[in-house]
Amino acid sequence: MSRNSDSPGAPLLAAEAALAAGGSLTARQTFLQRFLRHRIAVASLAFLVFLGLLSAAAPLVEAWLGVDGNLVDLFNAKQPPSPQHPLGTDELGRDTLVRLLYGGQVSLVVGLAAAVGAAIIGTLLGITAGYYGGRLDALLMRFTDGVIALPILPLLIILAVVDLTKLGLPQDLANSETISIYRIVFLIALVGWTTVARLVRGATLSMKAREFVRAAEALGASGPRVMLVHILPNVVSPIIVATTLSIGGIILLESVLSFLGLGIQPPLPSWGNMLTNAQELIWDAPVLAIYPGLLIFLTVIAFNFLGDGLQDALDPRAIRQKE
Amino acid sequence: MLSYLARRLTESLIVLAIMSFVIFALLGLMPGDPIDIMIFSDPEMTPEDAARLRALYGLDRPITDRYLTWLGAALQGEFGYSRLYNQPTLDILIPRLGNTIVLMGLSLFLALLIALPAGIYAATRPQSLTDHAINLLAFAGISVPPFWLAILLIILFAVTLGWLPAGGMGDGRNFWSDLRFLVLPVLALTIATVGGIIRFMRAAAIEALRQDYVRTARAKGLSGRQIVVGHVLRNAMIPVATILALQMGNLFSGALITETIFAYLGMGKTIYDSVVGNDYNVALVGLLFATLTTLLANLLADLAYTWLDPRISYQ
Repeated sequence: MSRNSDSPGAPLLAAEAALAAGGSLTARQTFLQRFLRHRIAVASLAFLVFLGLLSAAAPLVEAWLGVDGNLVDLFNAKQPPSPQHPLGTDELGRDTLVRLLYGGQVSLVVGLAAAVGAAIIGTLLGITAGYYGGRLDALLMRFTDGVIALPILPLLIILAVVDLTKLGLPQDLANSETISIYRIVFLIALVGWTTVARLVRGATLSMKAREFVRAAEALGASGPRVMLVHILPNVVSPIIVATTLSIGGIILLESVLSFLGLGIQPPLPSWGNMLTNAQELIWDAPVLAIYPGLLIFLTVIAFNFLGDGLQDALDPRAIRQKE
Repeated sequence: MLSYLARRLTESLIVLAIMSFVIFALLGLMPGDPIDIMIFSDPEMTPEDAARLRALYGLDRPITDRYLTWLGAALQGEFGYSRLYNQPTLDILIPRLGNTIVLMGLSLFLALLIALPAGIYAATRPQSLTDHAINLLAFAGISVPPFWLAILLIILFAVTLGWLPAGGMGDGRNFWSDLRFLVLPVLALTIATVGGIIRFMRAAAIEALRQDYVRTARAKGLSGRQIVVGHVLRNAMIPVATILALQMGNLFSGALITETIFAYLGMGKTIYDSVVGNDYNVALVGLLFATLTTLLANLLADLAYTWLDPRISYQ
């Protein structure tokens, strides 16, 4: 990944000056100072927190407006904004604002859960490849490159229509509404781990030559123990950066699959599936095609800026490469 | 060079063989099978008839047996018929592969045409207002949901302004009127692709600008333009070529979305339609074509290194 450019080297110098003057900055203070310099990242974080809280408050908004987000009312379909429906109603007469907020819950939770799943897979593969090196490393990285190069979306489309009863799942469970959430989290985690794996492998490579790792090995620590106890805590920052940077792409992937009718299944709303019918609506209710997409766009760009800011704050070398 | 090419092609074939089995097995897990579809259209069919038909078509045999049968036929160029179109699979797929290559090729070309100058321009003026603006646009390009962007383009250019068709393809009689159908899909895919390349290009150009040979060139008194064109561009292209090779799969995914929304008859839309419509033969061969396309594009990008960087030689 390349980087953007919003962080000048000034905070670094400030930290060095403080150290030289006999003062001391803890790692956390340096991190905060650097992160706060990246104003777009800070604004993005604030926006995401606000959006998360608002989505979480969807039931409250629903009660406050006195509407039912799932109530189909065809006589009031495609209404313009009104006091009762601040953003109007959709093609089935449901309140657009409330559905956007519930859709936000689904999209954000799915995005975060899939990103965490992907981070776990990527970390396991990355640390193993980096620590053991040699043939295993070559094989795992070949595999990673292969997954990156594949046309992921067509493969996900096939995986998304796999009939779970043919895999031995009971009929009622396989067709339930919640399974569509678990399925998409699982599928995206299955293909979304590559960024984390590459960054963690790189960080592990530089860690395994350090004295404390060699000391642990000399004391007879087993491979898994060295990786878990000694290396993992030291590669947390690349994991956090890579995970944040991949959330945006993951939310996009969820929205694409849901848009194509293969992800989150209606009536459960997600920003992606709210756009499924948008193409037929662009002639008489184009705003319905605008809102959900705008929220996806803003959320994804905010996560990308946040990841960029975290990268600058946690990895000073990244800044040097920027200027 | 030739032995390298042979090795890479062999590797690609192995990947393709593995993929064909994985996809074959996954298609076996799709809801229903061809016999279910027959039962659906013929209510008088008894369970015994269905069982007999399954045995006749070999659908009761283990998946590995069925795969080997398919592979044997495929190696003789026999890919079966499409259920949706009632035509041989290849007759459907090959023209559509051509359409997708036109869409992907034009979009990638346009994206490079924009991204290379933009990335270098930003890199030569780090932290300037232009740099920030280019960076913001690049982030926006990466973050915009491609299907929403396509819908917005339709709302603007087809619904509101009425300049361009909202979707579909030309009838092949008049080149210029057919071209109008290409504009919006190519624009959508270009915007979805360009942001990432700008960011890679900028980072690579900044790295190249810091090298000693740039300082030497400057000391010799070369103009800024000469340095950028002669020293920075070519060196920065090397890492960008790596990234581009890895982006081919993404580009295909983007093409699938674009084709689906604009009803553009390409591979992506065909794969989507065939998976949703239980057209097993087309889905399988379509996915293999898609994999092969990305693998070959990957190989092409690798070969571009030798041209960009003569120090690299494939032995």
